[in-house]
Amino acid sequence: MAAPSSSNWVMESPHVPHVLAVDDNLIDRKLVEKLLRNSSCKVTTAENGPRALELLGLTSGGQNTMNGRSKVNLVITDYCMPGMTGYELLKKIKESSVMKEVPVVIMSSENIPTRINKCLEEGAQMFIQKPLKQSDVKKLTCQLMNCEI
Amino acid sequence: MEVDQMQRQCLDYTKSLFLEGFLDGQFVQLQQLQDENNHDFVVEVVSLFFEDSERLLNDLTFALDQKSIDFKKVDAHVHQLKGSSSSIGAQRVKNCCIEFRNFCEEQNIDACLSCLQQVKQEYCHVKNKLETLIRLEQQIVAAGGSIPTMEF
Repeated sequence: MAAPSSSNWVMESPHVPHVLAVDDNLIDRKLVEKLLRNSSCKVTTAENGPRALELLGLTSGGQNTMNGRSKVNLVITDYCMPGMTGYELLKKIKESSVMKEVPVVIMSSENIPTRINKCLEEGAQMFIQKPLKQSDVKKLTCQLMNCEI
Repeated sequence: MEVDQMQRQCLDYTKSLFLEGFLDGQFVQLQQLQDENNHDFVVEVVSLFFEDSERLLNDLTFALDQKSIDFKKVDAHVHQLKGSSSSIGAQRVKNCCIEFRNFCEEQNIDACLSCLQQVKQEYCHVKNKLETLIRLEQQIVAAGGSIPTMEF
């Protein structure tokens, strides 16, 4: 079994992937949650970056509500969010020693090449154009579980 | 009315909404997500869309009514509305929002006010259409049939 590296998404043992989905838009949160559940994922949602960091146990003094019990295998986040953007959240995750191996996917309704490149350079695994479709999520989860479509 | 007649009526109505541009392929994505585990998914998402949109339209009306308009705030609201309408497939509302954002950028008050009226109208239209569609679908389910889906 290959050691996990930033280009290797594959989880070490077959189990239900746990995805953290971050989006400030209520409808988009509901949609991404359903799409992920339909792809057999366990889903936790957050409505902003700070809340996501809290859930990941990355805030100083914050409670590790998910680590230990249920490790997050993937973070999918919207880019445009008030306060902390998806890019800033990505950076914080990649800067942490505990969570930097977790793949982060960025979603955006706007197709801006400089934005996309910036995120990929910062270590985002993938960039997905909104609105999200079942095929987008299937591709993502298949990569995560290393299965063939 | 027989179930298959109801289904045909429902399918024809759905098709007309696509032909007239009220809905786009993203709505079909939503319908395809509905299953035995969550047979009210479309109704739930559409209801959330109604609540969210009405709140945003109120916020927009308020923001554009100010003596000194904060265009960044207006744009932020329109961006939200564009996002949700796009995610459920409410094409005309989404397109209105795209235009609206351009005028926000230009800080053109009159054009923004006109866009607000337009987006309110488009929202009302699509709300009526979706409510009718949901009613038709619920009648079919009540009669023991299944909701017909379009291939897109």
